[in-house]
Amino acid sequence: MPETITFYLFAALAVGASVLVIGQRNPMYSVLLLIASFGALSGLYIQLDAPFVAVAQIIIYAGAIMVLFLFVVMLLNAPKEDGADWDRTHPLRQRGVTRWGTLLVALLIVQLASALMAVREYDTPVGAQSDATSVNSVADLGRSIFTRHTFAFEATSILILVAMVGAVVLARREDAQ
Amino acid sequence: MIPLSHYLILSATLFAIGAAGVFLRKNLITILLSVEIMLNAVNLTFVAFGRFAGDLDGQIITFFVMTVAAAEAAVGLALVIALFRHRESLNPDAFTSLKW
Amino acid sequence: MHAAGALARPARDGGGALMEPFIRPIAIGVMIFIVFNALIMASAILVLAERKIMGFMQQRYGPYLVGPHGMLQPIADILKLVFKEELRPKGADKWLFTLAPVLSVVAAFVAFATVPYGAELALGPWTLPFVGTIGPLLDPPIKLGIADVNVGVLVVFAVTSMGVYGIVLAGWASNSKYSLFGGLRASAQMISYELSYATALAAVILLAGSLSLREIVDSQQGFWYLFGVVPVPKWYFFVQIPGFLIYVIAGVAETNRAPFDFPEAEQELVAGYNTEYSSVRFALFPQAEYINMVTMSAVATDLYLGGWHFPGLPAEYGWIAFLVKVAFFLFVYIWMRWTVPRYRYDQLMKFGWKYLFPAAVLNLIATAALVLYFNA
Repeated sequence: MPETITFYLFAALAVGASVLVIGQRNPMYSVLLLIASFGALSGLYIQLDAPFVAVAQIIIYAGAIMVLFLFVVMLLNAPKEDGADWDRTHPLRQRGVTRWGTLLVALLIVQLASALMAVREYDTPVGAQSDATSVNSVADLGRSIFTRHTFAFEATSILILVAMVGAVVLARREDAQ
Repeated sequence: MIPLSHYLILSATLFAIGAAGVFLRKNLITILLSVEIMLNAVNLTFVAFGRFAGDLDGQIITFFVMTVAAAEAAVGLALVIALFRHRESLNPDAFTSLKW
Repeated sequence: MHAAGALARPARDGGGALMEPFIRPIAIGVMIFIVFNALIMASAILVLAERKIMGFMQQRYGPYLVGPHGMLQPIADILKLVFKEELRPKGADKWLFTLAPVLSVVAAFVAFATVPYGAELALGPWTLPFVGTIGPLLDPPIKLGIADVNVGVLVVFAVTSMGVYGIVLAGWASNSKYSLFGGLRASAQMISYELSYATALAAVILLAGSLSLREIVDSQQGFWYLFGVVPVPKWYFFVQIPGFLIYVIAGVAETNRAPFDFPEAEQELVAGYNTEYSSVRFALFPQAEYINMVTMSAVATDLYLGGWHFPGLPAEYGWIAFLVKVAFFLFVYIWMRWTVPRYRYDQLMKFGWKYLFPAAVLNLIATAALVLYFNA
């Protein structure tokens, strides 16, 4: 019972914050609402017996990637979208778009959900079986990453290095000298 | 205990919201944020299925997705900064000079 | 523990059975209440301690007039701040201006939630003259620490990195250039030193083999015998001295304390990110800073100084040893502030990236090699 309450609470927070993210005028507010959404997802991961992923979500996504977004928003002094322009071009404020757009989004949700639920036993409560392995251990995760998935791990670290160098080069000011 | 279908419907909803954001918003940063929403929805699906199957592979894939998302956000934002310096606007419609 | 409970149980049967299901939640609630208030009191006491110690180091008495020897000074300070006018600059963002200090303080409090500060508490069995033996009230005993999560160390780290947002938002929401620079510099500093912090932490995790703070402390029980005779407590401080120094330096930089407090230095940047704040919103920033200091000291004690273990002290009184060690760290924090000159911002960033982080990585590699060698 408390699990159901926390699930619905976190799910409502995640969906609500995400809808507000795409509907906000001010990009600063969008970033902060997305952080709230990530917090809710982190709670859901804890419910799914993945505490390390939950904490990694906060450290990596909410603590690092979002700080990067925040810095860029502040650096560019990203303008709040202009009032009149906003009302004229804002997609969610136009009748046709609102009707058809919402219909399309709903259709997308139904299609995705039905594709995902091609699993035959989708009604089984998650966590009901194999409770022995549920106390995971970060040690098992580590062992698996460094033995079975070593290649992916090394490739990802090279990817991050390339991205880091690329980001610095791309954002550099072109000096005349 | 929450049935798996609840988690799947939730992640489908988040994915659709993210996709709507990418298509509908006219601000480069908000588009990148919507892409992050989609990546998170996918992470949730992986972890839910991983728990359903009783093994750790779902969580492992999540790390790689998070890492790639971080790399993509960094490079994407660097591009946004470079574009903004060029054109002083974050509206993707300002960058259509190659459109015929 | 259970045997003691079984012996004592008959005395509890008459009338005690009604309270039984409630004793545990009440005890946990009382513990949370005590910890919350202790953190608030700690920040008040630190205000006084800082000024007194600074005074003594500068060969003068610190605050002396308010209360005996100035002991009621924090109350005077808090009253003054509460009664000041709450200003908000005109261009400041309405929500974010208030959200920023709240976020700082909430992150500071929550970070303490996974830090254990004592061994188990069973509240009994006691033998009273007329009533007989009252059995252990908490059976199984509660562990002193608000939450014992199996990834506890990472939770502290994660919540501390959320504290960066308070500063960044404060800088931006004030709509003033000094605040913005201060906020950006402070947050860049904090995220740079988080790397060295995490790498030093990783070395201790290697030694302990667990991410749970309680297990890390419990693996520091016992003694090693130097030359077979001299008992040395098994604290990780003795095997990780470079790691300890890296951790303490990174911790000082994380909490924006001197010598790394350029972003809020009065002489350099007006007051940095909290320039435009007044009254209660302002008061929350130093409070968040002091509570972060306490959390860093507590985590350093748990990781390197053996937490509540002290040779010869029985486990129930371990929390006293814990408090003494945390007080020692806080004294070192204050001592450092008033002794060492401040780093300039570029020196600070250069030190963090070019010297501290490679040192932390080398420490991790060396620890990993030694762990492998001695366990194989």
